[in-house]
Amino acid sequence: MVVQVSDGQSLPGPPLAYNSDLERLEIELLLEGVYRHYGFDFRSYAYASIRRRLWKRVEGEGLATISELQARILHDPDAMERLLLDLSVNVTAMFRDPSFYKEFRDRIVPLLRTYPFIRIWHAGCSTGEEVYSMAILLEEEGLYDRARLYATDINDVVLQRARQGIFPLDRMQEYTENYLRAGGKKSFSEYYTAKYDGALFDASLTRNVVFSQHNLVTDRSFSEFHVIFCRNVLIYFDKTLQNRVHSLFYDSLVMLGILALGSKESLKFSQYEPNYEKLSATEKLYRKVR
Amino acid sequence: MMAIAPGVGYDLVVVGTSWGGLAALRTLVGGLPDSFQMAVTLVQHRHKDSDHLLRTLLQERSSLQVCEVEDKMPLEHGRIYVAPPNYHTLIEPGHFSLSTDAPVRFSRPSIDVTFSSAADSYAHRTVGIVLTGANADGADGLRRISDRGGLALVQDPKTAESPTMPEAAQKAVPRARVMSLSAITRFVTSLPAGQPEREHA
Repeated sequence: MVVQVSDGQSLPGPPLAYNSDLERLEIELLLEGVYRHYGFDFRSYAYASIRRRLWKRVEGEGLATISELQARILHDPDAMERLLLDLSVNVTAMFRDPSFYKEFRDRIVPLLRTYPFIRIWHAGCSTGEEVYSMAILLEEEGLYDRARLYATDINDVVLQRARQGIFPLDRMQEYTENYLRAGGKKSFSEYYTAKYDGALFDASLTRNVVFSQHNLVTDRSFSEFHVIFCRNVLIYFDKTLQNRVHSLFYDSLVMLGILALGSKESLKFSQYEPNYEKLSATEKLYRKVR
Repeated sequence: MMAIAPGVGYDLVVVGTSWGGLAALRTLVGGLPDSFQMAVTLVQHRHKDSDHLLRTLLQERSSLQVCEVEDKMPLEHGRIYVAPPNYHTLIEPGHFSLSTDAPVRFSRPSIDVTFSSAADSYAHRTVGIVLTGANADGADGLRRISDRGGLALVQDPKTAESPTMPEAAQKAVPRARVMSLSAITRFVTSLPAGQPEREHA
């Protein structure tokens, strides 16, 4: 059927070359293989993102199809290691969204002062930028010595990097601007030493940080927290998995505990919205109330 | 996912622009009638910490609801969605997903990323539009839309505040229709709208 539109030309029809059902089948088979052979479960990740990341790995390996990538990663653990980095490293920045940290300082820190001891969970901490940002903030607010930060990620390689506390020197200008706009009280450069092309952060910032491997998809709660940070991690999950992780967070928060999400993430599309109240008009800061 | 039945209607309009984009988007959005049926997604390059001003300025021009995209927000017909700064906006069947993956061609949001995901999810039911801009983002994505059977429209570079982006899109997609902004608005309004998308989990 050909449809004519106002300029008299016909509209293009569906193409024959691309088969999205076949592509979905290949992706599902690959993810099933990864789960059964290596134990990493990416089967409930947001489809558009994982498709994009898989095709980047296909190109990186010099292959042509998702099925070829499946064969390679099943037979070559090094290729799996590369894929794991592609699929699990969430790109972030120190004091990403400065207005969020400003709001945290102004609105949440006074609440935290009422606790004798504060347990904070950075779920999906990736390479640690947000953990160091929070350590700096708490240090400046005089709260750090009664806080313990649990920084977890599925990927051991990124945790190693987070432990080292070395971030690219060429990002420091951006991070300094973020830090100042986030209400930073000192000179940002006091927190690191430039070394080659890296900025080595003061080791004392991690004195109350526990880094450990934890898989949000398969592992259970391991403590009760006053604050859970999970910013821009759930965006990589589909809605079903997001709800499962929200259930884990709900179970892991003390009553009146704080949940901090990324600035374009919302509880609105999850089934846990009624259990929380919004603490800020502009930032995604929620408090467990029932 | 069910196979997409070959239909003739369009469900989704994706628009990419950078330099000069605000004025162009205000014209485009202002020209859409209240009865407009497709979901419109706008990707405008902007500073990573910019606020809701773009949404507000566009809402002034339209009685269609304009919202800034949040993760997993449903895609509804007759609404206008603005890609948020500092994320990539990906389109899934029936909803949005966001990503903080590295910028593409120095851009986040990347027009290519949104256009490609639109092409993958909505195929021939997609209309891609590249407007004024000072770089080549959007050209690859528009080609993908065209290759998947969607409709490719490009603002006539002679009428664009900055011709680089439409020129690159025109070069990448020779069969794209090239027209002025007001002609694009009229043309999109004349297209048949598809059936509302059933949401996939």
